[in-house]
Amino acid sequence: MPVITYRQALNDTLRAELTRDENVFLIGEEIGQFEGSYKITAGLLDEFGPTRVRDTPIAEEGFVGAAIGAAMMGLRPVAEIMTINFSLIAMDQIVNHAAKIYGMFGGQTPVPMVIRTPGGGGQQLGATHSQNLEVWYAHVPGLKVVAPSTPADAKGLLTAAIRDDDPVIFLENLSLYNTKGEVPDGEQVTEIGKAAIAKEGTDITVIAYSRASVIAVETARKLEEEGISVEVVDLRSLRPLDRQTVCESVRKTSRAVVLEDDWLSYGVGAEISATVMEGAFDYLDAPVRRVAAAEVPLPYAKPMETAALPDAQDLTKVIREQLEATSFFR
Amino acid sequence: MADTTDTTADGGAAAGASWDNEQSEVLLDYYRQMVLIRTFEQTASEMYKRAKIGGYCHLNSGEEATVVGLMAALERRDYLFTNYRDHGYALCRGMEPGAVMAELFGKSTGVARGLGGSMHMFDTEVRMLGGYGVVGGQLPVATGAALALTYRGEAGTEAEALMCQLGDGTTNIGAFHESLNLAAIWDLPIVYVIVNNRLGMGTSVEAASGEPELYKRGASYRMEGDRVDGNDVVAVREAAAAAMHRARTERKPFLLEAMSYRLKGHSVVDPERYRSSESSEEAKESDPLPAMRDWLLAQGVLDEDKADQIESDADQQVDDAVSFADSSPDPDPADLFDYSYATDVANAPHTLPGEPVVEMP
Repeated sequence: MPVITYRQALNDTLRAELTRDENVFLIGEEIGQFEGSYKITAGLLDEFGPTRVRDTPIAEEGFVGAAIGAAMMGLRPVAEIMTINFSLIAMDQIVNHAAKIYGMFGGQTPVPMVIRTPGGGGQQLGATHSQNLEVWYAHVPGLKVVAPSTPADAKGLLTAAIRDDDPVIFLENLSLYNTKGEVPDGEQVTEIGKAAIAKEGTDITVIAYSRASVIAVETARKLEEEGISVEVVDLRSLRPLDRQTVCESVRKTSRAVVLEDDWLSYGVGAEISATVMEGAFDYLDAPVRRVAAAEVPLPYAKPMETAALPDAQDLTKVIREQLEATSFFR
Repeated sequence: MADTTDTTADGGAAAGASWDNEQSEVLLDYYRQMVLIRTFEQTASEMYKRAKIGGYCHLNSGEEATVVGLMAALERRDYLFTNYRDHGYALCRGMEPGAVMAELFGKSTGVARGLGGSMHMFDTEVRMLGGYGVVGGQLPVATGAALALTYRGEAGTEAEALMCQLGDGTTNIGAFHESLNLAAIWDLPIVYVIVNNRLGMGTSVEAASGEPELYKRGASYRMEGDRVDGNDVVAVREAAAAAMHRARTERKPFLLEAMSYRLKGHSVVDPERYRSSESSEEAKESDPLPAMRDWLLAQGVLDEDKADQIESDADQQVDDAVSFADSSPDPDPADLFDYSYATDVANAPHTLPGEPVVEMP
């Protein structure tokens, strides 16, 4: 199986879908001539021309709304918002329009569009350019929100998102673009709304998504050397949320930790904890723990930024605490 | 455009100036539509007070000449997006009065199955793709729909084009400017129509807009614009039709401003305490309905009997609409999640308040 980067998987998938369906087109700032801020659309303008790969002015509300209108007319736009931070400027269009038009008008017109956008801190981009705001969108009915962690899922979920008739927020992550993984050739469609067991284990479950899932798997492999068997549930989809898979895993391991890049309060971990309370309460040996970002505007200075963001060390510490609290090491 | 519109038009009670060459039947048809809208809106207001209609309810009362003139400028193949003051547009575009009233009543027979309400009239059949409730929200969406038209076919006299209606207050929001800019750089077949009723809720255009001659705001995007007397149904039609023709044949966007008046409050619950008696008086004096009625009578196109007949026909149509709405079934709460998603998806949330979220074996 070919090993390619997450970036290449996205680029390949966009090319494949542009080729497969003439209704698919890309729209966003600097995606054509400039080939995308993070080069996800490299080469596509040359290949498909300016109608299929449409550069826009710096006007997130305008071009996201335009993608919605084009989708209502039967096209399948894939909009790129340079980072999730700038999606706030398009909030009214995403929340009040993309998410509402199908249901509010009685199911007359679907809105088959994708908004690709990377989140993530750790690049010293400062407080306004380092956020993880996916939970804002995961809160909103009418949207689908997916957050692949591997190049293979990047391909499979982007393919599914483009072919889906609903608006899909496709969350990427700045620090994942250069990660590599095996990606099957040919058509791959990953079902939206289904979590994956990224690594099987028996002693404790770590629930994560996007970059955090990669860290969780790496941590699990290290701990395996010490005889600790960690199961990693990669959510992949934040809306809908696969509560069943989470609860099944926790019923098996009796211990749960959520690793998330967003801020702790009201975050994905809060939702997962409540889910586990409801679906696996009797199986739990300890309260669910959350490892999430410190609740500050992310500072620029490296030691400050590092301290604020959750990492493998933080996760390892909490896993050990969970195991100690439940007499695992005796 | 110069011979059909008057850039100094401020929307007084205009009738007749541009009507001499119109066929009587055409004018009568416009008058009938205007009477229907007026009657529909009066009844909607009454039904609101009787709690048959909930939420917000914004009326086109006073704007009938603008609404009818604009809709007369559209071809069946054209698309329409409007703001939340949308009942009249829905009726003129061809939605059944009963289905529009049923939408207001929140019934399953409404144009949006009762799920949208007053602000969200929508029917793909007549190519009215929404009534939109958030000020300015319809502009980027309509602009994108116009973009899609350029993917469908070439410009030409048979091409599809699009009209996006908005209120005067909308010209101050960012979405207005972003949309006009996109339409200009992409050469889109779209006509933006500002219905300037002089009041954004309770704030006057002069108090809210650095350039109160709103059609001039397109100048920043080198977009041509014009102002037309919104009380003159023929002048509105001519100006709008010329702009639509240009949009479809040349793919050039246009910014049209129709000077109109709001006879009533912003919505049916607005007591208009902010409004001077002069302003209300001016609106009444400019009312396009009596002006058109008088003109048609004076020209002999209409006689008193026929005029009464038109009014009683409208009453009947609206009475029938109310009966239809009243006797229609409510939507069934069992269908609450039917339109959650267009593509079925695993684990879609389908729980009512208080129901368990996780079903484990």
